[in-house]
Amino acid sequence: MSTASEIEACLPIRSDMDLVWVRQHVRQAAALLGFGLVDQTKLVTAASELARNTLVHGGGGQMDVAPVTAGFGRGLRLTFSDSGPGIADLDRALSDGYTSGDGLGMGLGGARRLVHEFEVESTEGAGTTVRVTSWVNRPPRVREEG
Amino acid sequence: MYPRPGAGHVPVLRLGDILLVTLQGDLYDSTAQQLQQDLSETIVSAGVTGVVIDISGVEIVDSFLGRVLAEIAAQASLLAARTVVAGMRPAVAITLVELGLTLPGLRTALDTQAAMALLEQPVVLSHAGGTRRERA
Repeated sequence: MSTASEIEACLPIRSDMDLVWVRQHVRQAAALLGFGLVDQTKLVTAASELARNTLVHGGGGQMDVAPVTAGFGRGLRLTFSDSGPGIADLDRALSDGYTSGDGLGMGLGGARRLVHEFEVESTEGAGTTVRVTSWVNRPPRVREEG
Repeated sequence: MYPRPGAGHVPVLRLGDILLVTLQGDLYDSTAQQLQQDLSETIVSAGVTGVVIDISGVEIVDSFLGRVLAEIAAQASLLAARTVVAGMRPAVAITLVELGLTLPGLRTALDTQAAMALLEQPVVLSHAGGTRRERA
């Protein structure tokens, strides 16, 4: 069975090599918690998108990983934080197709669709924190269309 | 703790008129970008007409790698070569759609063998204004 000590971590995000470690750690943690293959893949992909945002737009930062429990079971919470320029217009940053870098504009909005819970806090000039949580064996949340 | 992630090397094999590229494990962004550059040059210098990218060993495709794959296909197309991405894992396909990345320009096949067979078929031009050759 998994122990919190194997899952809890704080990983630096300073280079594309760190992105690889982020993906591998999230994969390992999700597998330990009992996430199925598709859910593992979704969570790792979301982590990769968010970590790349931290690196490219936030100028680097870190990811904190913590196992969480609630009435309906176990989950994994990932917190990405940077002290970069922040996001001026959050609504726009979350909309599909929006990009300020050289991506496909799927970063933030796309990552949000891959997880159960998604929170973002950003202060212009002071940085951005994105916190996502996914739960084991929980159906995807109802999606608000449009 | 973990196996060291595969550093800067992606095997590219030439089989007749086709380049077979095998992506494996977790790629650095820089490795993927390097591959994108190298492939264009290899297509021209080797004079191939097709590229098969085997991603059966790839556990996740995020928007960065998705973009690299789409751009490789677009570049190859400008260099008169067709690209087929082979062996995408089901979990990767599910995730890409959820992410919003359906990569409409990318031709796919279930495995490398099917990809090679696809590339052996004659080209059917479908662009408006071009000469259209009907499929038999």
